[in-house]
Amino acid sequence: MSLLALSNVTIRYGRLTAVRNVAFSLAEGEILFITGPNGAGKSSLLRAIAGVTPPAGGRIDFAGQDITGRAPEDIARMGISMVPEGREVFGALTIEENLMLGTGMHARISGWRARAMTELEVIYDTFPILKDRRHSQAGLLSGGQQQMLVIGRALMTNPRLIAIDEPSLGLAPNIIDQVYDRLITLRTHRSLTLLIVEQSSTRAMMVGGRMILMRGGAVLLDGDARAMGQSEALQAAYFGYGDH
Amino acid sequence: MSGMLQIVFDALSLGSLYALGALGIALIFGVMRLVNFAHGDVIAFSVFALLWPSVDAVALVFAGNLPWFLLIPFVLAMGAGLSVLSELVVFRRFRRASPATMMIASFALGFVIRYFLLMLFSSRPKSISLLPTLSQPIEVLGARIPLLQVITIGVTIAVLIGLTAFLKRTRFGLEMRAAAENFTMARMLGVRANRVIMGAFALSGALAAAIGLILVAQTGTVDIQMGGAVMLMAFIATVIGGLGSLPGAVLAGFLLGAASVVMQVLLPVDARPFRDAFVYGAVILVLIWRPQGLLTARGTKERV
Repeated sequence: MSLLALSNVTIRYGRLTAVRNVAFSLAEGEILFITGPNGAGKSSLLRAIAGVTPPAGGRIDFAGQDITGRAPEDIARMGISMVPEGREVFGALTIEENLMLGTGMHARISGWRARAMTELEVIYDTFPILKDRRHSQAGLLSGGQQQMLVIGRALMTNPRLIAIDEPSLGLAPNIIDQVYDRLITLRTHRSLTLLIVEQSSTRAMMVGGRMILMRGGAVLLDGDARAMGQSEALQAAYFGYGDH
Repeated sequence: MSGMLQIVFDALSLGSLYALGALGIALIFGVMRLVNFAHGDVIAFSVFALLWPSVDAVALVFAGNLPWFLLIPFVLAMGAGLSVLSELVVFRRFRRASPATMMIASFALGFVIRYFLLMLFSSRPKSISLLPTLSQPIEVLGARIPLLQVITIGVTIAVLIGLTAFLKRTRFGLEMRAAAENFTMARMLGVRANRVIMGAFALSGALAAAIGLILVAQTGTVDIQMGGAVMLMAFIATVIGGLGSLPGAVLAGFLLGAASVVMQVLLPVDARPFRDAFVYGAVILVLIWRPQGLLTARGTKERV
């Protein structure tokens, strides 16, 4: 059974249709890249899954429940953790406070701090840099460190699915490698399902897994990332329809 | 020397009122970008809740005969209750509206509350004697300071410390700070939007009620317009402080209080009736110098 299933999802902003009749499903433990040029509707799709922009039509199911139109906090509590584009750290809060926010929903007021502390240790093991700077303001971190922080924060919610929008945006290539290293390790250790949006398909082909290529609000290709890299269909999808 | 001390206490106690008001406005602005112009009417309402409806010049107190340790929680609860009610009945429907729409709605709500009070109590100010012992002066370093001023300042400091501890040390406080900075992201981490917003309204309403109590104890009258002047200054304080910044709101509240009192003393006698014009003139200068406010809140600022 699939963990996440979208059927006929349409997203509109006013009169502009950003996503049209998109359908795909994602199995537990799978890694899925959604790629495509600017304006393909990738981010809109993630925002719809997270409940920030409810779809105008269609249906989204998660773990066997209809989550279409549910509030973002409810969806988060069901196990989807969203890492939005631009990372969105709480710059005025400390790193530790950013992380602790993630655990809030799972514990009662009394047991919260204790639980957060245990979870924090796990995150700090994965991202030692965050531990070193735990009490400094998150806004002062570098882009790469902020990316680590928001991934750590997403993990603190103990999710089944992490949806990440453009994790490599604005980062140096070696930092992107580090970010992906951690993601892949985390996925194997925690049996996480990953949904990653990237503009470029290069990373998907390096990491492997499944890839969906979107353009103009619709799904053009859906298949194995590495196999897709060999085919000419990919270039055609990015650069037009390859009729020259 | 004692005159100097008197000025300091005047400035601090007036500044306290403005700071408490500005905090109440900034708390709500922080979580939902609403400038709540009904705040001043919550101040009046929470005090009128102590009275029987009547149009007489002397207030018929029913709950005012309570001992202070029941009276104060009662008034605070009235303020918090009305504030939460206004969120449930009015502002919740405007969650997705633009800040301007919400602001107009808050004006309208303010009028509704004010005219409700007008219907029950008439527009005539009423004399009331609440906590009369507070008007006695006490001796501080040779100056005779009204006990109420000392208490006002003390209460404000206690509120500031308490609020800071709440925001820094509790989970709900953490969620509130996060929501003030980036509400959508906070929700995506499971922070319950409605609960945080209701909490902000409850706190803000209780702060308004505290102002109401202090005003009544100071002036000995209740008046359906009583919250207006403080609300206006408090709003200006939140703007000068940097909208959404709680420390900024408090700082600017005290600065405005100090500016008013100092100008009252320093201006030539002939110019004193125009004191407020000078205070607002100074406000204009500050805003020309720093249009974003003294302390800029995260989240309202563009991020790079």
